[in-house]
Amino acid sequence: MSSLKTIRFTFWKFIFLLLMAAGLYATFVRFSQGLGASTHLSDQFPWGIWISFDVLCGVMLAAGGFTLTATVHIFNIKRMHSIIRPTILTAFLGYVLVCVALMYDLGKPYNIWHPLIMRNPHSVMFEVAYCVMLYTTVLALEFSPIVLERFNLQKPLKVVRAILIPLVICGVILSTLHQSSLGTLYLIVPEKLHPFWYSPLLPVFFFLSAIAVGLAMTIFESSMSSKHFGLQLELPVLQELGRVLVVVLGIYGILRFEDLANRGVLRLAFHRGYETPLFWLEVLLAIFLPLILLLQPRVRNSPTGLYWAAVLVVLGFITNRMNVSITGFEGSTGVRYFPKWTELAVTGMIIAGGFALFGLAVKYLPIFPKEHLAQEPVAELKDEVPEALPALEHAGD
Amino acid sequence: MSKALLYDSTVCIGCKQCEQACADQNKLPYNDSVASEDRQSDHKLTVVLTRGDKFMRRLCMNCQEPSCASVCPVGALKKTAIGPVTYDASRCMGCRYCMVACPFSVPKYEWGKLFPKVQKCTMCPDRVSAGKQTACAEICPTGATKFGERDELIAEARQRIHDNPGKYVDHIYGLEEVGGTSVLLLSAVPFEAFGYPSGVSKDPLPILTYRVLSHIPDFVPLGGVVLGGIWWITHRREEVALAEGSTPGNDRNGRKQ
Repeated sequence: MSSLKTIRFTFWKFIFLLLMAAGLYATFVRFSQGLGASTHLSDQFPWGIWISFDVLCGVMLAAGGFTLTATVHIFNIKRMHSIIRPTILTAFLGYVLVCVALMYDLGKPYNIWHPLIMRNPHSVMFEVAYCVMLYTTVLALEFSPIVLERFNLQKPLKVVRAILIPLVICGVILSTLHQSSLGTLYLIVPEKLHPFWYSPLLPVFFFLSAIAVGLAMTIFESSMSSKHFGLQLELPVLQELGRVLVVVLGIYGILRFEDLANRGVLRLAFHRGYETPLFWLEVLLAIFLPLILLLQPRVRNSPTGLYWAAVLVVLGFITNRMNVSITGFEGSTGVRYFPKWTELAVTGMIIAGGFALFGLAVKYLPIFPKEHLAQEPVAELKDEVPEALPALEHAGD
Repeated sequence: MSKALLYDSTVCIGCKQCEQACADQNKLPYNDSVASEDRQSDHKLTVVLTRGDKFMRRLCMNCQEPSCASVCPVGALKKTAIGPVTYDASRCMGCRYCMVACPFSVPKYEWGKLFPKVQKCTMCPDRVSAGKQTACAEICPTGATKFGERDELIAEARQRIHDNPGKYVDHIYGLEEVGGTSVLLLSAVPFEAFGYPSGVSKDPLPILTYRVLSHIPDFVPLGGVVLGGIWWITHRREEVALAEGSTPGNDRNGRKQ
C-alpha cells in the first residue's frame, strides 16, 4: 500500500516536472521569437487556444467563486460554508492563471495596463478587462482572511471581515458582467460565427453556463479533495448543489434549443457538416447526459454519480467554449486551426501550475475545516503508530 | 464632409501602381515577389486581384461606423471625421479583437515580430488631412481609383451605372454595407468572386454589442440593491429567529428549519 502510494506520487511529480519543463521551453520560444514562431495563429485565425481554453474556459471554470459566495453570504445558506474556502481558492487561482495566460497571448503584454488610462466604453473587451481586473482584486480580498488567519494578523482580518458583504456583492455583479460579456464579445461577428453558436442570447448562455460550471466545479473539486487530501466528503452539500445544477442545466437546455428552433437552425443539426458532430458532442456532454444522470435520485445522491455528472458538465461546456471560439470560425475563415505544441505546452504548464498551487495552499493554509482534515489520516495512522498522535495534534497549527 | 475612394474595376488595367504607391507611403518593402502575392498581409495593405480579364482591389473599407474602432479596448483604432480609420500602435496591447471583429477581415498582424503591431490601410490620414489625395488615387493612371467627397462619389457611381446599362452589377459595394464605408466599389462581376462577403448586414455592427453594453450602468446599481436586499432579508430572518428563541441555522441533516 505505502509503496504504491510513493509510485503514484512520483508518477504525478514526473508528469508535473515534464509539463513545467515543456512549458518553460515554450515560454522561451514565445518571448524570444514572437507569436508567429510559437503559435499556429494567422491573419485568418487570430485567436487560438490561449483565448479559447486559458481565458474563456479559465474564467468559466472559476465561476464557482461568485456562485458560492452569493449562496453563503447573500442567501445566507450556512450549511454551504464548509466548502467556501476551497472554492474561493479555486476561483482566485483561476483568475490569476487567466492573467498569466493573457501575458502570453497579448502581442504587446507590457501594454496590458493600457485600459486603465485609455478607455473605450464601447468595447466589450474594455469592459471584460476592467471586470477581470477588479474581480481578481475582489477575489484576492475574499481570499486574504485565509492568509491573515494563518499568520494571526487580527487587525487587517477585522477590516476585511467588516467589508465582506459589500465585497461579495461587488464580486457577484462583476462576475455577472464579465461572464456574460465573454459571450457578448462574439455578438459583433454575425456573419463570421456559425449559426449553431452565434445567437443574440450569447451573453445569457455564457452566464447561465458559468453558473452550471461553477456548481459542477465545486462538486468536482470537493470530490477530488476528499479523495486526495483524505477529507470527509460533504455529501449533503454536494447533493444540494446537484439539485440546483439540474435546474440550471434545464433552463439552459430549454433556452438553447428554443433559440436554435426560433432562428431556424435546428434542422442544420441533422445535416452532415464539419460542425454538426462537434455541436452534438457539446450538447450531449453539457446538457443531455448530465441531465439524464442527475434526474435519477439514485445517481444524484451518490458521490460517484455526482462526480461523473459534474465531470460531464465541465467537459461539455469546455467543448462549448472551444466551439464558439474555434469550430464556429473555421467555416467562415476557411482555415482549420489546431494549436502548435508550444501553445499546448504553455496551457499544460498553466494547468499543472494551478494544481500544484492548490496543493501547496491546502498544505500550508487553513483551507479545509480542521476537524475534517484530522479525521482520516489520523484514523489511518492509529493502527500503525499510535504514539505519533500527540505530535500530530499540533501539526496543522 | 467625409472623404472617400471610388474604385471602378471596369476602368482598372491591373498595373498595380497603387500597390507600389501604398507600400512607399507606408514605408513597406515592394518588389516583384510582393507584387505577386494576392492577398492583404502585414506588408501588403492593398492588393489588385486578377480573375481572367477582370480586376478588383482589396483594401480597408474605412467603414463609417467601424467594428474595429468600436471593439478596440484602448482606442488604438479611431474613425476620423474626415474619413480614414486610423491606428495608433503605441496604444495597442495586441489583443487582436479588431481582427476577429472586422466583417471584411482586413486588419493584419505582424506575426513574425517580437513587438508586433496591427497593419491595415488607414486611407493615408496625413495626406487626406493635408488636403491631398490618397497615394493610390494620386498614382492611378486610369482614374479607376478616385478620391473625393463621399456624397459626390456616390452620385457619380450611380450616374455611371445609369449611363452604362449592362456594364455593371447594379450595386455600389460600400454604399450600405455595415452602414456604409469610405471605400466604394463598382464591378462588372459579382463582388463575391473577389472575396467580398455578400450577406453583410446593412446596419452598423457595433450596435450589436453596444445594445448589451449600454445596460451596464443601469444593471450595476440595480444588481447592488437587489443583492443587498436579499442579504438584508435573509439575515433579518436569522435575527428574528434568534430573538424568538427558536434554534436558528441548520438542523442535523443540514436543512434549514
